[in-house]
Amino acid sequence: MIERIWAWLIASSSWVGPDGIGARLGEHVLFSVVVVAAAIVVGVPLGLWIGHLGRGRWLIAAANAARAVPTLGLLFALALWVGPHIPGRWAFVVPSLVALLLLAIPPVLAGTYAGVEAIDPAVRDAARAMGMSPLRVIRQVELPNAMPLVLSGVRSAMLQVVATATIAAYVGLGGLGRFLVDGLASGNYPMTAGGAILVAALALVIDAVLALAQRLLVPAGLREGGRERIASGRHTGNPATAGDPTVSPAR
Amino acid sequence: MIRFDGVSKVYPGGAVAVDNLGLTIPTGQITVLVGPSGCGKTTSLRMINRMVKPTSGTITVDGQDIARIRASKLRRGMGYVLQDAGLFPHRTVLDNIGTVPRLLGWKRARIQERARELLERVGLEDDLADRYPNQLSGGQRQRVGVARALAADPPVLLMDEPFSAVDPVVRDQLQSDLLALQADLSKTIVLVTHDIDEALRLGDQVAVLRRGGHLAQVGSPAELLAHPADDFVADFLGRDRGYRSLAFAGMPRLTLHAERTVTLGEPLPAGGPPWVLVLDAGRPQGWVRTEEVHRPGRRVLVDDLERGGNVARLDSTPREVLDAALSSPAGRGVIIDDQGEFVGTVVASELLALLELERGQR
Repeated sequence: MIERIWAWLIASSSWVGPDGIGARLGEHVLFSVVVVAAAIVVGVPLGLWIGHLGRGRWLIAAANAARAVPTLGLLFALALWVGPHIPGRWAFVVPSLVALLLLAIPPVLAGTYAGVEAIDPAVRDAARAMGMSPLRVIRQVELPNAMPLVLSGVRSAMLQVVATATIAAYVGLGGLGRFLVDGLASGNYPMTAGGAILVAALALVIDAVLALAQRLLVPAGLREGGRERIASGRHTGNPATAGDPTVSPAR
Repeated sequence: MIRFDGVSKVYPGGAVAVDNLGLTIPTGQITVLVGPSGCGKTTSLRMINRMVKPTSGTITVDGQDIARIRASKLRRGMGYVLQDAGLFPHRTVLDNIGTVPRLLGWKRARIQERARELLERVGLEDDLADRYPNQLSGGQRQRVGVARALAADPPVLLMDEPFSAVDPVVRDQLQSDLLALQADLSKTIVLVTHDIDEALRLGDQVAVLRRGGHLAQVGSPAELLAHPADDFVADFLGRDRGYRSLAFAGMPRLTLHAERTVTLGEPLPAGGPPWVLVLDAGRPQGWVRTEEVHRPGRRVLVDDLERGGNVARLDSTPREVLDAALSSPAGRGVIIDDQGEFVGTVVASELLALLELERGQR
């Protein structure tokens, strides 16, 4: 069995052509990246704004609750409902993208909000008291400090989207899910299993790429490990108070 | 000059934080707002840079109503130091200090130069410049906070419990460094604290507030200690009020006594008084007891010294001089000059007699 899966995975015939692994992989990555990018465009500003104002927290709760809606059900509902109103190939693509977007927004939104919420109130207070405008406070202080949790949210959204984009193949989205659908339909188990392996591998690779991005985007002062190193530098002291070391003047 | 005129702050729900406050904060001096928690001292401070909006009344800075100045412009002209420093964790020490100059649109090179200058000014080493706040100690963070507040050279400095979060030794050092800094800079400083000792030490003027946002008394530390307006102020000033007031009293003209001294490393001559003061290059090192140390041919060693006596300077306050006398094992307080060299000793009873005489004449 394993040999047959392996054989399917390495056969050049499986990789080329419009139905080949190469094309499907490209589709899968493209859809996932587009969906997560859209989730960032929506979720990050919204999360920053809610965190900054401390108002509208119900939106975060609502978004989290919406994660309980089964994506597969939502996908079919949208495809049946909205699909007929959209012409051509988009009839299948749009409902899939919308369902995946609804899946991707909550982690990004919640991560961003949690990141802003976790900032020491004294830091935000200082930013305002230095004379920063609200927009500057958000851009120069809140966003950089929220970055670790924003990126955790993005990673978690990306993983879910990559995994879930598989089932969108049922309504014609393409992507790696096609191998699972077609493999099951035609009893081609090496293709089914190979497709599943490819999805898992893709998820791992993308997560590794994002982990790297996280290291590059998180400001150095917020990285793990910095906290333990306490400065060894001494004060230069003040000549006014540097008295005789043995008998110091009464102060 | 900053003026509070009938300023009140009432929060929704009716809680009164500040009640009809009238206060004048003179230019170039340190004014301390002190009081128990809930007395509205921090609220009053935060109304000066419009972090809190007064419910009624006006605050003017050099005659200009601050309500008419754009908040961000007003704040960039006032340094602000918070209790936990509130440094930006994602920025280096140097970038933290350069925050306000950057907002004011200074050139990069000028910001860098100014930030390095301030780093030195607040007593931090240059190699801390590229560290992040989480790599600093509490005292270092607080110094960076002060440097950040001073960066654009604002005439006004607002300090909200700046030294409360550090240990007593560091706090003492930070307080004396602030006084040294202020001697050079002459900023208009408004400082909030709940610590009356800090208030009396740092303040040119001290405003005591009571719960509910009432001003109980305002005056110099000496005035408060000598004439507390009511029981609340007297209680708040605490015990040892009489003794502590000596820190602000004028120093009477004292007769200094000569003292038998011996240089460290030399033998102690015979027939001296019970206690002999040990000097090293003219500087007092401690006392030795003649009967313990005097042997033929024996030299006075560091281990022989009885330490623990504080010394006072020629220009010290009566409190410091009295403390030097009372803490000395010999019962005589050691007085040094500006170079740290021994000039004479004083006796507590003589100082007290002079202080009593002075009080009688007033």
